Amino acid sequence: MPLPWRTARLVGRADETATARTLVLDAPGWPGHLAGQHVDIRLTADDGYQAARSYSLGAPADGTRLELGVEPVTGGEVSPYLADDLPVGASVEVRGPLGNWFVWRPEQEEPVLLVAGGSGVVPLMAMVRAHRQAASTSAFQLIHSVRGEADLWYREELGRPDPALDVRFLYTRKAPPGSTRPAGRLTAADLEPALKRLTPAGTVYVCGPTGFVETAADLLTSAGQDPATIRTERFG
Amino acid sequence: MTEVSPHVDGNSLAGPLSDIFAVDMTRAWWRCPDCGSTGPLAELHVYGPDPGLTARCAGCDRVALRLVRHEQDTWLTLGGAEGAFRFRTAP
Repeated sequence: MPLPWRTARLVGRADETATARTLVLDAPGWPGHLAGQHVDIRLTADDGYQAARSYSLGAPADGTRLELGVEPVTGGEVSPYLADDLPVGASVEVRGPLGNWFVWRPEQEEPVLLVAGGSGVVPLMAMVRAHRQAASTSAFQLIHSVRGEADLWYREELGRPDPALDVRFLYTRKAPPGSTRPAGRLTAADLEPALKRLTPAGTVYVCGPTGFVETAADLLTSAGQDPATIRTERFG
Repeated sequence: MTEVSPHVDGNSLAGPLSDIFAVDMTRAWWRCPDCGSTGPLAELHVYGPDPGLTARCAGCDRVALRLVRHEQDTWLTLGGAEGAFRFRTAP
């Protein structure tokens, strides 16, 4: 049986950056999901025209509650509407959970490195939260690359000290005052200390814009990381 | 995002392919007959825009599958061959 489209109601919206939003949906009948999975959202216009897009879930399964990360695409058909115009209380159609490849399961015990470019942090945040929820003792590291401080998602939560998670922010355009690393794109030197802590045989999850993911994957394999241990998700 | 990129990856096919296949296709293993690259469908490069999607080998761009949605139907071509299977995927 194909996965059904379910009717879900928007019950909350929070600003993550000047443009990015977290949308909270209530989806009755939701079967649950794994950290890293995504959903398709479908909107139907008055004339019957339909448009569907994929959005990552930013939080682990929690009953019928779904947390989506939406970064509006300039000129996009769906994301600007979802980000700012869909009224709280309104309904959309949702299908999922989707994708069993880019997931982290609590029974995984190997060390993990998460590499996020911009809003690519959303599915990785679901993994961070699932890891915390499971009280997992496996080593977890997150490298979050953003243009500047204003582009950080989940800033407060990731800024809080967490003994089970090592977080490093990389600024590509403007580093905050006091930063020891000058602003610039991800380099081999940024990954090296994290890769050292990834032994033995850890898994790397990379998510972000296509260019970022390609660069990160190339740097990782050049540094000797086995390509079979690298999982990537590109969102265009 | 300021970066303009031509493709997403096979993860994005999970929804459209779930209309046709009973198993999650993003984990399906694929071997390119041209360059020999192997990996899960999740790592193919997918070119749009929706509703016409083409998945290509990440190594050499050979077409791995094409999927086109039109009205109630989804058309699926496996590999770069001609001819498509038509599935009725909407009521």
